Amino acid sequence: MSQKTLDALKAKFGDAITATESQHGDEVAYVRRDKLTEVATWLRDDRAMAFDMPVFVTCIDLLDWRPIKAPGQPSSTRPEWDPTGAGATPRFEVCWQLRSLAHRHRLRLKVAVAESDLKVPSLTPLWQAFGWQERETFDMYGIEFQGHHDLRRIYLYDEFIGHPLRKDYPKEKRQPLVRRSDLLGDH
Amino acid sequence: MLELVTTKLEDVANWGRKFSLFSYPFVTACCGMEFMSVAAPKYDIARFGAEFPRFSPRQSDLLMIVGTITEKQGPALKRIYDQMTEPKWVIAFGVCASTGGFYQNYHAMPGADQVIPVDVYIPGCPPRPEQVLDALILLQDRVARKDGHSQLRLKREKIVLQQARAIEDD
Repeated sequence: MSQKTLDALKAKFGDAITATESQHGDEVAYVRRDKLTEVATWLRDDRAMAFDMPVFVTCIDLLDWRPIKAPGQPSSTRPEWDPTGAGATPRFEVCWQLRSLAHRHRLRLKVAVAESDLKVPSLTPLWQAFGWQERETFDMYGIEFQGHHDLRRIYLYDEFIGHPLRKDYPKEKRQPLVRRSDLLGDH
Repeated sequence: MLELVTTKLEDVANWGRKFSLFSYPFVTACCGMEFMSVAAPKYDIARFGAEFPRFSPRQSDLLMIVGTITEKQGPALKRIYDQMTEPKWVIAFGVCASTGGFYQNYHAMPGADQVIPVDVYIPGCPPRPEQVLDALILLQDRVARKDGHSQLRLKREKIVLQQARAIEDD
């Protein structure tokens, strides 16, 4: 679909793009964390790119993730998953989906984030509409978006401990705010 | 003789209450569509005297919990219940309000009765309007029999008060 955006990205930034992937017409670029703001600014401002619409922000928890080997896999230059777990594959991937209404093309930016260092630059200064979704990603996964103007929980209450969409959050663990005092007796 | 008059008077009052339940719809989710259907002319909850939704807890005596209650909503639900005047009744409308339904996770409360006492539970996802009317009739029986949760509590408080007075008189 828009392989040319990937090619332009690689020609322009070279090392900052660690890998690219195309699947079912979706183009994905893995960007180095320290170059993200620079890459995103160029994507927004360049006339040929003109990504003017922020679509979503989310995060992928790759805890215990295994790649599926199947014939006819989409083309990818992404590094293989490291079964030794020596830290070659960071646990989280934060992704921003962008769309250009002018050129009708799409691009997903992904940044790998290690569990020990959960910071990524916020893209809110470039696209304001990412604000609430970055807060949601912070709420659910605990990713710290640096440069976000108001980074706090958006869905859950402040008393909540942990981040529920992480794969290691116990799936039935509730953290009640209020319970009836007379539950065991008659009332 | 005085006791006979007051109990009979209470029966009359409860007969009046059961046919004039003012409901507070605490609508949080998709069950609300079914609630609207019950309230609308086709199923017409007005036939049972409960057609008048009051959007102030102070003016209502039936709390309809319609939909999923999340843990974050718990304090708000409890507050609304506490603001209602006695005697008051509660219906949990649909499985989510009754037990948490198919949610078994970090955000959904496993039934509104974790926070406030519930008189009648309606199963279904969402329940049929007929089930809601059935539940309303069950609740009306309960009102007339004086065994709603808040009626029982008021009765118990009255007995305790009488006992305390008797001890004081001695």
